[in-house]
Amino acid sequence: MIVKLGVPSKGRLMEKTFEWFAERGVILSRTGAEREYSGAVDGIDGVELVLLSASEIPRELAAGRIHLGVTGSDLVRDKLANWDSKVIELAPMGFGHADLIIAVPKAWVDVDTLDDLDAAAAAFRARHGFRLRIATKYHHLVREFLKANGVADYQLVDSQGATEGTVKNLTAEAVADITSTGDTLRANHLKVLSCDPIHRSQATLFKSRTAHWTDETRATLVTLKEMLGLGD
Amino acid sequence: MPRVDIAKADVKAEAARLKARFEAQGAQAMEMDILLPAEVLLDLYGEDIRARAYVTHDPEQGEMMLRPDFTVPMVQAHMSDGAEPARYTYAGEVFRKQEDVPTRANEYIQVGFEVFDGSSPADADAEVFAAFAEALSDYDLRASTGDIGILMAAVRGLKTTERRRNALLRHIWRPRRFRALMTRFSARGTELRQQNLDRVKANLKEAEAPFIGLRTQTEIDTRIKALEEDAAEPPISDGEIALMNDILSLKETLPNVLSNLRDIAVDLPEISEAVSLLGRRTEALASRGVDVDHLDFEASYGRTSMEYYDGFVFGFYAEGRPDLPPVATGGRYDALTSVLGQGRSIPAVGGVIRPGLMLALNATGKGEA
Repeated sequence: MIVKLGVPSKGRLMEKTFEWFAERGVILSRTGAEREYSGAVDGIDGVELVLLSASEIPRELAAGRIHLGVTGSDLVRDKLANWDSKVIELAPMGFGHADLIIAVPKAWVDVDTLDDLDAAAAAFRARHGFRLRIATKYHHLVREFLKANGVADYQLVDSQGATEGTVKNLTAEAVADITSTGDTLRANHLKVLSCDPIHRSQATLFKSRTAHWTDETRATLVTLKEMLGLGD
Repeated sequence: MPRVDIAKADVKAEAARLKARFEAQGAQAMEMDILLPAEVLLDLYGEDIRARAYVTHDPEQGEMMLRPDFTVPMVQAHMSDGAEPARYTYAGEVFRKQEDVPTRANEYIQVGFEVFDGSSPADADAEVFAAFAEALSDYDLRASTGDIGILMAAVRGLKTTERRRNALLRHIWRPRRFRALMTRFSARGTELRQQNLDRVKANLKEAEAPFIGLRTQTEIDTRIKALEEDAAEPPISDGEIALMNDILSLKETLPNVLSNLRDIAVDLPEISEAVSLLGRRTEALASRGVDVDHLDFEASYGRTSMEYYDGFVFGFYAEGRPDLPPVATGGRYDALTSVLGQGRSIPAVGGVIRPGLMLALNATGKGEA
């Protein structure tokens, strides 16, 4: 039996993941033709590299089709209900930092806090006849956050990209999105609410609770964790 | 406690028995759709319903929901062709996502009994509660009751601005936000209210940002004016805050609560009418054979789980089985009928029972039926 390790298949997230493992003596690499998604693992036996879209890694971990996986902690929390019953965080990896935040037009001088947002939403609904729209692709995380903070009279509208543009395009009144520098938000005349972010995300190594573990794969995991400097 | 799987056929048979029982008490049997337009439900319950209900999509009709409860189709059916007074019963599946407690059923059968009768709300409340208590009398259940109407009357009686009262009423069903608002409007919140205003004024001094989106300058100006007025407004008195806290923490047997509330009404006379309704309901319950001397009443009961219940609320719980959801729940939902009826309100009270849980209790030996 082999330990399957899921890693983002492209871009900076893949490169940084490869670097992180290489610094700890586990050499991950892509093999075959440039566009072929296959990989190799050197430095440890019994581990297979599976290249996947970062957004599919939570699902694969939850289904137990991979034993370990690297993805953003935001994706795991948003895509998996009761995520901590399905996966375990083995190690925050120190890159891919991004905050999931709520932003509103900078012209809303009266709105800086969740209190303000709630009050603005109530008045907005009374005046416009529908709930204040927040554009996001992080439906689960945002809804749970707003519920926990008692914000009412809003609705989430789905936005899979260019979310910062939705307010100007009149398809939303506010946005909930990932930001690292805030430049895109500022360029689109939006400001971040002053509360703590909904979630501070970073690339994280997860272990599946549902994958099939044998004595052999468990032994491999122990070796791997030692190499990665992760205590039990 | 092991989870007991009960055959669906048995649950349906039990549901039919309960429905026949309610029919024998004068209720008309109703059938309702399983696939419902999502819009009405979303507008009523907000985004939270998406976390609880299964949403699907029809190419013609847009978003649809698998029936998360019977209340909305029930009220709509009554409003379109019901005569008053009316009593209804129904039985069928409801569908709920169970993200928080994945072991709970996401498809189960409910049997309902609903009374649309405005002649005597106290008596209608008692009729519904007694009907459920009798249907469940063979089971070892604990009943909890409450009355959202008392809380709403207390808020309406606060000697403060209409705006503050409305803000509190809006968050009756969100206890955490309700408490935060109480603090902000109290003497302890005076500084906070001034800080909020100062912050907005500081924002005004910054470079102007271009206006984007549907929310207008007028709406922003209106809110700034509201913040100004609220900062200048005296706080809700410590006395009234203390009375509100007394009401919120009431948890006793019904006669003791009634006596406490009558004392509170001396200082907060605006709740007198709601308290006398509670008194009449208590008498009506007693005259229907309910042991009111040992019936629990909790002023905050039903605030988190039952938005739109705005009067009497109740639930029946299996003793010693905190793992199980309530076997039956119900209450008065006049506010919901007024939202669905666009101003036309119909006094309505009712509840649902879960025959599957009754059978599960039998199977684990907790019931004697």
